[in-house]
Amino acid sequence: MLSDLRTALRPALALTLLFALLLGILYPLGLTGIGQALFPRQANGSLIERDGQVVGSTLIGQRFVSPRYFHGRPSAAGSGYDALASSGSNLGPTSKALVERIKADVSGSGVPADLVTTSGSGLDPHISPAAARFQIVRIAEARGLATAEMEALVAAHTEAPLAGIIGEPRVNVLALNLALDQASSQP
Amino acid sequence: MTYQGWALIALFVGLLLALAKPMGLWLFALYEGRRTPLHRILGPVENGFYRLAGIDPSTEQGWRRYALHLILFNLALLLFTYAVLRLQDVLPLNPRGLAALGPDGAMNTAISFTSNTNWQWYSGEVALSNLSQMLGLAIHNFLSAATGIAVAFALFRGFARREAATVGNVWADITRITLYLLLPIAFVYAVYLIASGVPQTLAASVDAVTLEGAKQTIALGPVASQEAIKMLGTNGGGFFNANSAHPFENPGALTNLVQMLSIFAIGVGLTWTFGKAVGNTRQSWAILAAMLVLFVAGVSITYWQEAAGNPILHGLGISGGNMEGKEVRFGIAASALFAVVTTAASCGAVNAMHDSFTPLGGLIPLFNMQLGEVVVGGVGAGIYGFLLFALLAVFVAGLMVGRTPEYVGKKIEAREVKLAVLAIAVLPLAILGLTALSAVNTAGLAGPLNKGPHGFSEILYAFTSAAGNNGSAFAGLTAGTPWYNALLGIAMWLGRFFVIVPVLAIAGSLAAKKYTPATAGSFPTTGALWIGLLVGIILIVGGLTFLPSLVLGPVADHVAMLRGDLF
Repeated sequence: MLSDLRTALRPALALTLLFALLLGILYPLGLTGIGQALFPRQANGSLIERDGQVVGSTLIGQRFVSPRYFHGRPSAAGSGYDALASSGSNLGPTSKALVERIKADVSGSGVPADLVTTSGSGLDPHISPAAARFQIVRIAEARGLATAEMEALVAAHTEAPLAGIIGEPRVNVLALNLALDQASSQP
Repeated sequence: MTYQGWALIALFVGLLLALAKPMGLWLFALYEGRRTPLHRILGPVENGFYRLAGIDPSTEQGWRRYALHLILFNLALLLFTYAVLRLQDVLPLNPRGLAALGPDGAMNTAISFTSNTNWQWYSGEVALSNLSQMLGLAIHNFLSAATGIAVAFALFRGFARREAATVGNVWADITRITLYLLLPIAFVYAVYLIASGVPQTLAASVDAVTLEGAKQTIALGPVASQEAIKMLGTNGGGFFNANSAHPFENPGALTNLVQMLSIFAIGVGLTWTFGKAVGNTRQSWAILAAMLVLFVAGVSITYWQEAAGNPILHGLGISGGNMEGKEVRFGIAASALFAVVTTAASCGAVNAMHDSFTPLGGLIPLFNMQLGEVVVGGVGAGIYGFLLFALLAVFVAGLMVGRTPEYVGKKIEAREVKLAVLAIAVLPLAILGLTALSAVNTAGLAGPLNKGPHGFSEILYAFTSAAGNNGSAFAGLTAGTPWYNALLGIAMWLGRFFVIVPVLAIAGSLAAKKYTPATAGSFPTTGALWIGLLVGIILIVGGLTFLPSLVLGPVADHVAMLRGDLF
């Protein structure tokens, strides 16, 4: 038994170090090289720039509170859309805190579910098309735009499920708001 | 529930079945130690490793030595990761200057990743440097997966060999599985993930100014390299706190489908490999059928409950299914499916927060883990766990007809059945024992976020996940305390190695036996009767033990939800 352990000691220690080098260093660094060379935009976080300034990532939701913008979902990441602290609320279905939070958020009836529930990551970049349409009247008033124009904008930014079954219909909030700013700035 | 949702589930099952044979063939080549096309490139690496480590791959080991060496290797890996985490503050690639982990936290994490659990008490983007993620954790994602597959190979050899004294060479098994299976697939997979939007950079974060003028610091890192092997090796430990719900880990609906498939890919392959190894792949399809019965039943219940939603919220004027803790791009069907896949396997990655599922929707993930994660299951661990139940099933069938039970040409006698029961009993002992201890102790009761029965579910889920080496959580539980770090560490160690050792003992005992050809009196282990018996044994032996705990947690929670009680 003891001699057995001794014979196994060298393979155990040597393989630990060799695999650490291969899997812990060479594998991720090799991929980093490939990623940076072939897919630099994606490998660096799919960032969006406007006038030379990084305004966010197409994959990461951000906080919108102004009536002039489409709002994303409530977020449990830090104090809201904290991209250094991804998190869901983890509140269960019989949680008093959950019900009180939603009560405070619900205004009127027919509120789409995704607009008053927090996402799993707290960084959900999307809302449902229904949640986008729900906000059109508010934004049209704040910006003095025609609702028909806004409807068209939402429709143009609605992504459909792949092959009809993979994924859900969705609208990227940041992309929609960027388009909204552009539409408003045109004479 | 929608037609699209069911179509997605059907598509998933179809793709899964299509994967079984090709993946199984590749695994069979490695099981036999045959040359593969990849040997031309990676063969020199394999031989170099053997030379430097003083390994003779042609010398085989008996089960005792196989087990001993396997545990020693895992201990060396555990200590390596413990050191990396404890020294995080002085090691390089720590641009944000993060502090080292404390002793209880570092030990919990080292056990967690060594045991293929990947339970995470910390949140990745807050607590860990890029070096800790790559060198400390991702290496286990490969080697704990290889360890599981090696144990499965040893058990297959036990069934396949006749009057043999050895079950394989553990060093060669682990090295070959890592080099010729896990590394190449993970590499290609990671490139696909990068192309789909998963970051792969050594930068830790980037600053943005939002449209409303606020500053948003976005965490980045070498995510794709870790993400690929996290899914493929059924590890499940996320780079970020939100795991596969985080858009940087799982950017779209297609990556989500690929991630779900990659959780099961090696597991279904191994099921096929087992049949091939014992000379009859009809055995594999019988096992897969029993697994699929349990899987489809689980998915149906969770999808139904999540789509039905929470009546308390319906009362507030919110219609539709339960979207709390779910991402819009996945929706309800893909979130329910992912939750069942990740807990049927011992993966533990999540694309939605299980803690916010409806009570019965969350009961299925919990129950899947309590059954021992034998529905396809974790890489290696799924099939060897399932074969333990198969041994019990032939034993029960043998009792009913009054003959010595046989399975795939081997007589199953008292020694094997005792060892199987020993391995199966570890799970209830660790789960129920440690949950009970935490439920009557101040340190334990300080953990849950939710009150009422759901709080109990959080504790039960934690120990179930740890002992089952799953790693998913009802994440409201504050687990980064000395109490939970210690107890969950113990549960993870028990659930891993106190199952592996009896499994290897069974392998040794079976390998030594003669071949017993099937006769007219043998119980057939391929037909519908056998599939029914398997499902029955798994539900009764694996499941019944946990019924009282499920009634106290999710079932009570469900009744409370229907009554509109809040906590």
